[in-house]
Amino acid sequence: MAVAQTKQSAHTAQGLLPSADLAANQTSPSEFSKEQELQALRQMLLIRRFEEKAGQMYGMGLIGGFCHLYIGQEAVVVGMKLAMRDSDQMITGYRDHGHMLACGMDPKGVMAELTGRRGGYSRGKGGSMHMFSLEKKFYGGHGIVGAQVPLGTGLAFANKYRGTNDVCLTYFGDGAANQGQVYESFNMAELWKLPVVYVIENNRYAMGTSVERSSAQPDFSKRGSSFNIPGSQVDGMDVRAVKAAADQAVAWCRTGKGPIILEMMTYRYRGHSMSDPAKYRSKEEVDKVRTEHDPIEQVRRRLLDKKWASEDDLKKIDAAVRTLVNEASEFATHDAEPDPAELYTDVYH
Amino acid sequence: MPTEVLMPALSPTMEKGNLAKWLKKEGDPVKSGDVIAEIETDKATMEVEAVDEGTLGKILVPEGTNDVAVNTPIAMILAEGEDAAALKDGKKAPSKQSQAEQPASQQKGADSAPPAEKPEPAKKAQTPAPAKTGTAKPPSADITPEPEVPEGTELVPMTMREALRDAMAEEMRRDPDVFVMGEEVAEYQGAYKVTQGLLDEFGAQRVIDTPITEHGFAGVGIGAALAGLKPIVEFMTFNFAMQAMDQLINSAAKTQYMSGGQVRVAIVFRGPNGPASRVAAQHSQDYSAWYSHIPGLKVIAPSNAADAKGLLKAAIRDPNPVMFLENEILYGHSSPVPKLDDYVLPIGRARIVRPGKDVTIVAWSMGMTYALKAADELAKENIEAEVIDLRTLKPMDSDTIVESVKKTGRLVTVEEGWKQSGVGAEIAARVMEDAFDYLDAPVTRVCGKDVPMPYAANLEKLALPSVAEVVEAAKAVSYR
Repeated sequence: MAVAQTKQSAHTAQGLLPSADLAANQTSPSEFSKEQELQALRQMLLIRRFEEKAGQMYGMGLIGGFCHLYIGQEAVVVGMKLAMRDSDQMITGYRDHGHMLACGMDPKGVMAELTGRRGGYSRGKGGSMHMFSLEKKFYGGHGIVGAQVPLGTGLAFANKYRGTNDVCLTYFGDGAANQGQVYESFNMAELWKLPVVYVIENNRYAMGTSVERSSAQPDFSKRGSSFNIPGSQVDGMDVRAVKAAADQAVAWCRTGKGPIILEMMTYRYRGHSMSDPAKYRSKEEVDKVRTEHDPIEQVRRRLLDKKWASEDDLKKIDAAVRTLVNEASEFATHDAEPDPAELYTDVYH
Repeated sequence: MPTEVLMPALSPTMEKGNLAKWLKKEGDPVKSGDVIAEIETDKATMEVEAVDEGTLGKILVPEGTNDVAVNTPIAMILAEGEDAAALKDGKKAPSKQSQAEQPASQQKGADSAPPAEKPEPAKKAQTPAPAKTGTAKPPSADITPEPEVPEGTELVPMTMREALRDAMAEEMRRDPDVFVMGEEVAEYQGAYKVTQGLLDEFGAQRVIDTPITEHGFAGVGIGAALAGLKPIVEFMTFNFAMQAMDQLINSAAKTQYMSGGQVRVAIVFRGPNGPASRVAAQHSQDYSAWYSHIPGLKVIAPSNAADAKGLLKAAIRDPNPVMFLENEILYGHSSPVPKLDDYVLPIGRARIVRPGKDVTIVAWSMGMTYALKAADELAKENIEAEVIDLRTLKPMDSDTIVESVKKTGRLVTVEEGWKQSGVGAEIAARVMEDAFDYLDAPVTRVCGKDVPMPYAANLEKLALPSVAEVVEAAKAVSYR
C-alpha cells in the first residue's frame, strides 16, 4: 500500500531506538549500580529462559491453546517493576508471563498454569492468558485486546477512592492502543485524576500488522494529548531508561497529577503466538534488533565492561536461572491435572 | 372560544406531575411560544409554553399543586375580544378542538391513548386520566412481602423507584466500599430519578457521574471490584449496556473462574430493562435471556417495590456480579414494603404470588402485570391460576415451578422478551425434564413477538404480550 510505504516510521530497525526526536524528550538513562544491574539481569534472564522453555514445552504438546512469548521485551516489565512499591498494582493483556515473573510470582505456578495443572495459579482453569495473584498485586492476564485498560483504570480508581496513594501500572500493546475503550478510559482517568501509568508496549506489530499499517498516529506517546495526558517515548530495550521513565511516571501519579503514558519502544523476537511464523517481517530486521539492542546483552556488556562481573560469574547466574526454570518445567510436567470435580467450582461464591 | 392549556406529559409514561410555578399571571398577554409555567415530576422539570396568542384569562390550577394528571386543563387563554365571562364554558374537559391546539408533546400523549377497552399496562400510563383514580396501578394481586417478615410489621406503600433508592442508601450507609457510578446518577439525580438524594447524602466521592461511555465505565467499575470495592454501576437503560457486553461477560462473569477462585468481582449492574413505551427498536427490548445465559452472572428482575428493595440489598452484598434488571414502567408503581431496618431477600427464590390449582403462570418483572390481570380474568371463568413471580432468573428456582406444575399439570410462561431462546424456553425445557409425567398439556409461552420493536402505537401493542394472550394460553392448556 503506497501510503503506508511512504510513511516514515518512528520505529524502523535503523531508527528503532532512540531517534533524535526521541532522545530530546526522554529521560536519559541514569546509570545503575552493580546491584541494580545484577538484579535486572537475573530478572530478565528468568523471563527469557522461562519463555524459551515454554516455547519448547508448547512444541512438545505440553502447553495448549495460545502461548504468547515475551522474548525481546524483558527490559520493559523489569525496568517498570524496579520503580514500583509492593502495594502498587499491575495488569496486562495476554502476553503476560513476563509480568507475572517480574511481580515475583512463582515460576512453578505460572508454568503449571501453562500446562493446565492443579498447581497452576488459576488451578488449571485460566491458562496462559488468565492468571492472577492478589498477593503480588497482579490482576491478570486478560485475553481480550484492550479490555485490561478500563480494568486497570478501575484499579486506580479504587486507589484514589481509598486514598492509598498506590499506582496501577496498566500495560497494553500497540494493537490495543487503537481500541475504543482505551480512550474512554483515558478520558475518565484524566477527568478524575486517577493514579494510573499506561505502559504501551510498542513491539511494532499487532499480530502481523505493523504499526505503520494500523495506526494513523504511530507515536503512541501522543495518544493521550487530546485528554491532556502527558506521554513520552522510552527506549524499551534499555532497562535503565525504562526505570528512569518509570520513576518519573510513578512519582507523577503518586503526587495526584493523574494518569501518564509511557510508550515503550520494544520488539518481540518471536511470532505473535506460537502458531505465528512471522512472515510479515524479514529475518534481517529481527537479527538486527537482537544483535544491536538486546536488553539482556546490554546489561551483560556493561557488567563485563565495568568489571562488575566476569564471564564465569555471568555463567553462574545463567545456570542458576536455568535451574529455576527446569524445576518449574519439571513441576508443570508432572503435577496432576485438576480433579474433575473442579469443573463446577469457582463459578459462584 | 377560550383555549385550554393542558397539563403536558414529559414522557410517554408520565401520568401526573406537579405544577411548580406560574411565570405569567392572570391578565398577562401571551403569545405562542411564551413560557407560562414550569411543571415537574420526580424525574424532570419542563417549561409549559403558550400555544396561542391572547391573554392568560384564568389560572385553573394554582402553583404548588402536586399530582396534576396529564391533560388536566391548567389555564385558559383568551383570544382577542374574549373576556373572562367566556370562561364559564371553558371549564369542561378538553374539547377535541382544544386538544388539536396543544403542543406536540401533548398531542402525542393524547393520540396514542389506546382504545377504551382493556388497555395494556404499558399503554395505561399514556391514558389521560384524573390523578386520583390513576389507571396505572401495580399488579392487582396481593404483593404482600415475604412470609418471614415478623407478624405485625408495618407495611409502607412505596414506589419501586423509592425502594431501589432506599436499598442503595441503606447499603451505602452500611458499607463504605459501596458506591454508585453511571450516567447522570449524581447531579441530575438519576435519569429516572432512582438515585435521587444519594449525592446529597454520600457526596461526589461515592456518587459518581460518568461520561457516556458504557464500555469504559463498566470496565472501570469491574476494575474497582477487582480491588475489592463494591460498585453499583447504573446503566441509563440496559439497551446501552450492549456497548459494555464484552466487559460484562468476559471480565465480570468469568474472572472468578479464570482465577481459580482467587479473584472476586462483587458488582451490581442495574438499570431499566425491557420494552419502554414508544421508543422503538433500539431503546425497547428485554435482555433477561441474554444475561441468564452466562455462567458467573446472577440475574434478578423484580416486579414490585418490596422485592426490589430486598433483592437489591442482597445483590449489593453478593460476592458475584449481579445483573439487576429494573423496568421503567414499573418505577412509578407503588406497593407495600415492610418497614424493617434491614429487609434482605434471598436471591434465587421464586414466590407464589397467587395460589391456584388449575394452571401455573410463571412471570417476572413487567410480565407479572400481564400474569396477574390474566389470573383475575381466568377466575371469572372458574380457572384458578397459580401465579409465580420468578424474581431471580439466574440461579433459577426450578423447584417452585416444578412443584406447582405437579399440582396444576399446566404451565404458561409470560415474558416481554423474544420467544426463540427466551427464558420461557428454558423454563419449558426444565419442566419437560423434571415434571414430564405431570404435564397434561404442552407448556405454552407468551412472549414478545420475534420482531424489532415497532414505533407505531398499534404495532407496538401487537408486538408485546397481552393479558388476552395469557388468558387464551391458559385456557388452551386447560382445554377450555
